[in-house]
Amino acid sequence: MADPLLVIENVHKKFGELDVLSGVDLIVDRSDVVSIIGSSGSGKTTLLRCINLLEDFHEGRILIDGEPIGYMLKNGKRQRLPKSLIAQHRALTGMVFQTFNLFPHLTALKNVTLGLLKVRNLKKEEATEIARHWLDLVGVLDRQDHYPGQLSGGQQQRVAIARAIAMNPKLMLFDEVTSALDPELVNEVLNVIKDLVSDGMTMLLVTHEMRFAYDVSTKVIFMNEGRIAEQGPPSELFNNPQSTRLAEFIQNSTF
Amino acid sequence: MDYRLDFAVVWRSFDLLLSGLGLGLALAVVSIFIGSFIGLIAAFAMLSKNKLWRGIAVMYVTAIRNTPILVLIFFTFFALPQFGLRLGKIESFVFTLTLYSGAYLTEVFRGGLIALPTGLREAGLAIGLTEWGTKKNLLIPVMIRNVLPALSNNFISLFKDTSLAAAIAVPELTFYARQINVNSFRVIESWTVASLMYVFACYFIAAGLRLLERKLAIP
Repeated sequence: MADPLLVIENVHKKFGELDVLSGVDLIVDRSDVVSIIGSSGSGKTTLLRCINLLEDFHEGRILIDGEPIGYMLKNGKRQRLPKSLIAQHRALTGMVFQTFNLFPHLTALKNVTLGLLKVRNLKKEEATEIARHWLDLVGVLDRQDHYPGQLSGGQQQRVAIARAIAMNPKLMLFDEVTSALDPELVNEVLNVIKDLVSDGMTMLLVTHEMRFAYDVSTKVIFMNEGRIAEQGPPSELFNNPQSTRLAEFIQNSTF
Repeated sequence: MDYRLDFAVVWRSFDLLLSGLGLGLALAVVSIFIGSFIGLIAAFAMLSKNKLWRGIAVMYVTAIRNTPILVLIFFTFFALPQFGLRLGKIESFVFTLTLYSGAYLTEVFRGGLIALPTGLREAGLAIGLTEWGTKKNLLIPVMIRNVLPALSNNFISLFKDTSLAAAIAVPELTFYARQINVNSFRVIESWTVASLMYVFACYFIAAGLRLLERKLAIP
């Protein structure tokens, strides 16, 4: 078996005095689809944000494809890498946010091409071609010249997915991407993610869509108080929870 | 009062007044253009974690905003030469107005930057842009569009402030109006025409800027 794509070793994170992550270990193999569930405040989103370095973490290591990201050891001391390297490490992952966070002053097409032009330094024609390809796959090519303010929530989120995946990341991170959507728009976004799953994309999803997590995940992890309390294949985790915390959580979730 | 209105003298010198108006506009445009860069840098400095940069920016804005602009104009023109910095009257005025507009624009830009959603910066970083790339491609363009109305107001206000350049004999509209007044004793006529010229100019500038705002507005 090849080396795992993502390795998280003993990651700790504090906000002030508060331990948000207190020793997280996780291994994600290529083409794994890992759903992270847990109540709010359990550290799910923070964990995702540590993986793409939007948050600092204070202990432990995160490795993508064997390379430690964000920090290095210098004379035995842990040091945050220079900003340019951090930016390169961030590009290894694609992030989709709960609130879409599209660039409001750019059309759907330019939202996707910006990173291709400025980060991957592609030529304009090539960037446009890649962007149109992904906008087509997420089903919003006919909206390519619209601005985010002119798109529905579901369309905006699909553009956001195209924007992230067009950068050709090794790993996609989805942070509660359907939580801000009207119920009737949820499925159009989930279907796009399902397509990515069947293409073999490796991904981590923080989600409250339990049915979806059950259906698409290769592994589900349950976070509680900054730790991974349980993990396993969805059928095992949902049907046979080991802890009372997880049993309660599942009972109180809607499927 | 035995005063007969006679605009003939004023009309004869109308081209001077027009050239004065043109110079005033040019002074305002150049000052606000350079002032915008100063304002941007100072706004980011004010929001930076670095205490030294923040301190310098706060000192600059506080000092300029609490000094009357006429005093700044005199200081630059009369006092700076004593320190060895001798500028022509136009350069000296542009220098003052630039520093002055920079201080006011710092506040405009700072407010605009604070009002941006945090998700904008994070989304930029998440696709691998550097901090600078995020500022240049996302934060500044979105912020500028949001503060355009405030920028327009500032521009008009600065344009009117160019009349103070007459105090150091910069040949702009107010300077020529006073010259016509002094040479012809046509007090009412010269100041009426000058006032109306300012009113019309400001009106059209405002209309033009509103068009620009609408064109650049984020849909």
